[in-house]
Amino acid sequence: MARLTFKRGIHPPHGKHYTEDKPIENYLDPKGDLVYPMVQHIGAPCEPLVKRGDRVLVGQKIAEAQAFVSAPIHSSVSGTVKAITESLIPNGQKVKAIVVENDHEYEEDPSLNKAYNYKDMTREEIINVIKEAGIVGMGGAGFPTHIKLSPPEDKEIDHIILNGAECEPYLTSDYRVMLEESERIIEGLKIILTLFPKARGVIGIEDNKPEAIKILKQHAAGQDRIDVVSLKTKYPQGAEKQLIYAVTKREVPFKGKLPADVGCIVHNVDTVVAVQRAIRRGRPLMRRIVTVTGGAIKEPKNFKVRIGTSYQELIDAAGGFTEEPVKLISGGPMMGMALYNVDLPVVKGTSAILALTKKEANDGGELNCIRCGKCIEVCPLNLIPSELNALALNKDWEGFEKLNGLECLQCGCCSFACPSKRHLVQSLRTAKSTILQNRRKKK
Amino acid sequence: MSQLFKVTSSPHVKSKDSTSRIMLDVVLALIPAGLFSIYFFGFDALVIILLSVISCVGAEYVWQKLTNQPVTVKDFSALITGILLAYNLPSNVPFWIPIIGGVFAIILVKQFFGGLGQNFMNPALAARAVLLTSWAGHMSNFAIDGVSSATPLTAISLGEGALPPLSDVFVGTIGGSLGETSALFLLLGAAYLMYRGVISWRIPITYVGTVFALTYLFGGNGLYEIFAGGLILGAFFMATDYSTSPMTSKGHILFGIGCGLLTVVIRKFAGLPEGVSYAIILMNLAVPLIDRYTRPRTFGEVA
Ligand code: SF4
Ligand code: SF4
Repeated sequence: MARLTFKRGIHPPHGKHYTEDKPIENYLDPKGDLVYPMVQHIGAPCEPLVKRGDRVLVGQKIAEAQAFVSAPIHSSVSGTVKAITESLIPNGQKVKAIVVENDHEYEEDPSLNKAYNYKDMTREEIINVIKEAGIVGMGGAGFPTHIKLSPPEDKEIDHIILNGAECEPYLTSDYRVMLEESERIIEGLKIILTLFPKARGVIGIEDNKPEAIKILKQHAAGQDRIDVVSLKTKYPQGAEKQLIYAVTKREVPFKGKLPADVGCIVHNVDTVVAVQRAIRRGRPLMRRIVTVTGGAIKEPKNFKVRIGTSYQELIDAAGGFTEEPVKLISGGPMMGMALYNVDLPVVKGTSAILALTKKEANDGGELNCIRCGKCIEVCPLNLIPSELNALALNKDWEGFEKLNGLECLQCGCCSFACPSKRHLVQSLRTAKSTILQNRRKKK
Repeated sequence: MSQLFKVTSSPHVKSKDSTSRIMLDVVLALIPAGLFSIYFFGFDALVIILLSVISCVGAEYVWQKLTNQPVTVKDFSALITGILLAYNLPSNVPFWIPIIGGVFAIILVKQFFGGLGQNFMNPALAARAVLLTSWAGHMSNFAIDGVSSATPLTAISLGEGALPPLSDVFVGTIGGSLGETSALFLLLGAAYLMYRGVISWRIPITYVGTVFALTYLFGGNGLYEIFAGGLILGAFFMATDYSTSPMTSKGHILFGIGCGLLTVVIRKFAGLPEGVSYAIILMNLAVPLIDRYTRPRTFGEVA
């Protein structure tokens, strides 16, 4: 079978062997308090709907924002609101958060468990249920799902692409979901396809996950609108634009164009599981799968956890550290965020907690650029990272923009490949945010 | 109590490639041709290689010490310049030639422009060009076992004397600079570099291909022009120098063709039997331009 792919990219070491064969293990009775940061998605932060001392139930909406681009937050346990305070989120920001003391009774909100028959629902009703369930992209970016499902009317959507690539090394949560929740994935996709009558559903999976391809193909058999395709194992195969190119050979034009502009909507496989659970079982987004892994973790595992559970607790549940990790990362090694401590709750976008040993991190000082061109060879966007880096270091923002530096995905391929270990992504990221900040100031 | 971990920007894993490993590969690739030259030209060859290497590495070390910079001789790049410079010299040059050449290459061509990756001319080639203009006599006195002998390319350009068989030219049992005579051993090293991914085929193959095609067009002996003289050394080891060649694949191809064109033009019309060094140096100067005009179209860029 043809393996679809994009141009360039890299082949980092997989690191998936730690957890790919470990079935999802429940960790659903967290000992500590649950912490719900008000920022778990892209868009307006939520505001608490509860106050200190309130009793909350499983699935109760405890925070939301009036803005359209937002997603409400639900309690994942029953208990008492202990405090409204501040919490760290993986990107290092401190944001408002609700702390709930778990009473371990898991008493559910009466509004839960309403099963809908999506075939009898209008488009607006379906999207509203998804919105009220607080579903955001589970791949990490955290874009509210109901927004993605509401493209401008003039855009004709002909592809709903499910991202099962999971191209980040070490991560296996999507893989396990594909194996263990394949029926839900297919049903979730069918629900979304009813919103887009002209679209074809395509599930893209990297070919290093043959079991997932096989099982999803079995479940998709007989569904004439759903295809499962195998993608070449290559990083960043799961980047939205690269995935769209692999499947449709269409390039999403840059300068702010969206997948919908080329007729595509991309969802993570786990996101459609959340959609299925919201529609068919009346469950808001309260749980997710987290891979706890890395060379410094004693027993790497895939956990099903309640959102709000602390990172520390999950690390302990995976046996703790075998050796002091040099780096602790939320997410994968290519795009994840390095953390300075473990005092952090699982949020909707937490795909993994990764503890790397010194050997794995392979972190050295920068040497001179030797102009080897390796960074150019691997950049999936065809940028010239070495030159952009030089422009960024010289604060030549104009030149940086002219060479399309703002389009950089921050995928990390260039930094990975550079033999001189230059901090390319880091300086590109700084340049991008400086330019965007300057623009905002001017306005 | 929560401990503090190191916080750095993603990506958190890096490839195993390193600058010094790449340079070491180049050194390894140059060894077969060097061993052959010692075997063929004798002890003198070894002395010249050593003098050249020591003066390049020494000059880099002393310069960086004097200017309070971190000493980078461990990255092997000065070692490479030393070897390449030696390979461009006849076996019987006086000992001070490689020393002057080495110091010139490292200090004036490399360090003055900011060191590794910053120089816009290949240091070894620039040094050779200077030595050739200053001491033409020493630099073009080729000898085998102490007996002066013309290189095949000189013989062709003068149109005199019997040419050695092509097989000798390929193996390298002919007159010429130290490390350039043996196409066979140079190609062995080049194959290793390609296998290791250090160089791509683009520059050397388009370079050699252009020389072959043009010579043939002008009615010359293409194979001779390729294997006699410094073309193989130049195309695989000097034109591919990262610092002084373009970075994009399209740029590589333009650069290779340009080098080939200039080499043939110089050999044919400037009356110089060689031409490789000058061709590469001239193309080195065009690299910023080539880089600018071969930038690939960004993914998603609409025309
Ligand atoms: S420049 Fe940006 S898009 Fe290109 S490889 Fe580097 S991080 Fe990825
Ligand atoms: S990979 Fe690193 S050394 Fe090579 S050109 Fe890019 S920045 Fe320079």
